[in-house]
Amino acid sequence: MLIGYLARQEDPRTPLSFLEPVATDEGLQGARLALADNNTTGVFLKQSYRLVEQVLPQDGDIAAGVKALADEGVRFVVADLPADALLAAADQPEAKSMLLFNARATDDALRNEQCRANILHTAPSRRMLADALAQYLAWKKWPRWSLLTGRDPGDTLYAEAVRRAAKRFGGKIVAEKSWTFDTGNRRTDTGVTTIQSDIPLATQGPDYDVLVVADEAGDFGDYLDGRTWYPRPVAGTQGLTATAWSRVNEQWGGTQLQSRFEKLAGRWMTQRDYAAWLAVRSVGEAAARTNATGFGDLTGYLHGPDFELAGFKGEALSFRAWDGQMRQPILIAGPRMLVSVSPQEGFLHPVTPLDTLGDDAPESKCRLNR
Amino acid sequence: MRFLLSCTLLLLAGPVLVAEPVLAETIFVSNEKDNQIAVVDGDSLQIKNKIKVGRRPRGITLSADGTQLYVCVGDDNRIDVVDIASGKIVHTLPSGPDPELFVLSPDGKKLYVANENDNMVTVIDVADRKAIGNIQVGVEPEGMGISPDGKILVNTSETTNMAHFIDTEKHSVVGNVLVDSRPRVARFTDDGKQVWVSSEIGGTVSVIDAAALKVIKKIRFEVTGVRREAIQAVGIQMTKDGKRAFVALGPANRIAEIDTDSFEVKRYFLVGQRVWNLAFSPDEKRLYTTNGISNDLSVIDLERNKVIKSIPVGGAPWGIVVKP
Repeated sequence: MLIGYLARQEDPRTPLSFLEPVATDEGLQGARLALADNNTTGVFLKQSYRLVEQVLPQDGDIAAGVKALADEGVRFVVADLPADALLAAADQPEAKSMLLFNARATDDALRNEQCRANILHTAPSRRMLADALAQYLAWKKWPRWSLLTGRDPGDTLYAEAVRRAAKRFGGKIVAEKSWTFDTGNRRTDTGVTTIQSDIPLATQGPDYDVLVVADEAGDFGDYLDGRTWYPRPVAGTQGLTATAWSRVNEQWGGTQLQSRFEKLAGRWMTQRDYAAWLAVRSVGEAAARTNATGFGDLTGYLHGPDFELAGFKGEALSFRAWDGQMRQPILIAGPRMLVSVSPQEGFLHPVTPLDTLGDDAPESKCRLNR
Repeated sequence: MRFLLSCTLLLLAGPVLVAEPVLAETIFVSNEKDNQIAVVDGDSLQIKNKIKVGRRPRGITLSADGTQLYVCVGDDNRIDVVDIASGKIVHTLPSGPDPELFVLSPDGKKLYVANENDNMVTVIDVADRKAIGNIQVGVEPEGMGISPDGKILVNTSETTNMAHFIDTEKHSVVGNVLVDSRPRVARFTDDGKQVWVSSEIGGTVSVIDAAALKVIKKIRFEVTGVRREAIQAVGIQMTKDGKRAFVALGPANRIAEIDTDSFEVKRYFLVGQRVWNLAFSPDEKRLYTTNGISNDLSVIDLERNKVIKSIPVGGAPWGIVVKP
């Protein structure tokens, strides 16, 4: 069985905190680990898996990448790409007979107006993340939020998801500000001089319960805690963070996944690694359950009601029929400890509480013709 | 009058106390958070002792002669052997990395240990205190069951989702049966014909025909007011007559009783929070359960079908074994 991995080279992501390494292989290592897991299982089923890694140059042509995978006979592809490149890949003629797993892009449009029949999403959407956080803040009875948004387009989209979540779960955004100061750099700015005086200014205004920050790239968010105008907690993309995966989780057998990953990659598993792991494991799970390797058998099973994947979050994960999104619990992670897991108790749903996170069937704007 | 009555009661109570059987069972519970084994007297249902063991004790079983306890201490990568009379660790066994569950061969000579981190089952010679073999299995081996004749070992792997049937003479896998997500416990029926495997995420028990290596029945559970995701099957026990089976349902805080002929669920017992494992009293009139979140042991009276008591035993009780 061939599984493709499609990505473009990027500048390494340099976190503000020295506790986090500069990772150049995020996503890819998750796919590699799941491949090893699939192969261990495959031994008993006489199935074997190979990962075809197609990492294009920074400005590499997506069409050529898809074609190269198709030429090798790959039909299941883990796409570790931002939204525009993902859509470009999914719309290639060769991709019509492929199934792509979006293991990276959290964009809500991909689950709505821009949805595609040949994409399943193992990465959570921004709305799922924001809803997960909002449920926790509602449970805490911290309803007044101040929203601080960074300059990247992704930050604007994250902030939109936060506003929507506030409406859904009873939060009130008492103030909104944009981060207009410099972005940080861990080598040249320790934060104790300029940043220390910038942040009180940036967070002044009406009082609130929680400062919600939208800074997906991690340009400034990690500087906030301990420097805000009011002595209030930070949540969102930094601080109390809603995420699909974090090193702080070792519940539900997570210890094993974390230690297997660290042995393989020499660093902690991130949300991006986890989404790629889910994608490759989904293919393995479908092949094991159907005892088949044919594309039609496997995609039918992946889209069907019987598919269930154990993802170390205490309950089975599956794909939503209406938009191809993997439903999954979302961790509320602190910098050093797991704080909570959403959905929170008491947020009810007629089918599964997991569907209180993100776009539920009635509100989805995705119209698929599979 | 009142004085007379209490005197009579005392007189009546006296001989009854003396006549109390002195051979009541002892219950041993591994507390994974406290790194202790709680020793509970089955007669008074009081804690008699707490034995300090290695870090994160989970799997626990009795030696064949009933004088020792074997305890998997996962975070110390070994098995502690506890002398019951003195309550002390007398030696350790080399289990391989991160042992969680194990099973003793019916002749008491070998321990088969699941190494969760290494996709491996380790075979230990108990007398020689040596690992004498290992068997490659699926991802995250967990549950261990052995046939009454000791010839077939069943191991479950939590991420591969299989029950691996292993020939104990050749140390090789002879068959694999796919079950629902995250299989935890495997248990042979006493006649050796079936293996029952619980699936935590799947929330089911698969009944496997041990000769045909086929799932012949999938038992599902439904508890009013409990969401499906919270029903997570873990520990399994069956009465010696083979008629009643009991399954712990984890965060559903219930024990399900199953009729082994019809495979129908007959009733649910409400026990403590996150129930992991269970064990009978030697006369099978009681069932004891370990409740990981409420930190207690529930006592079920199986004649009256009632939960009669809960005993606080310490931090995160997990494994349980009863010594007659």
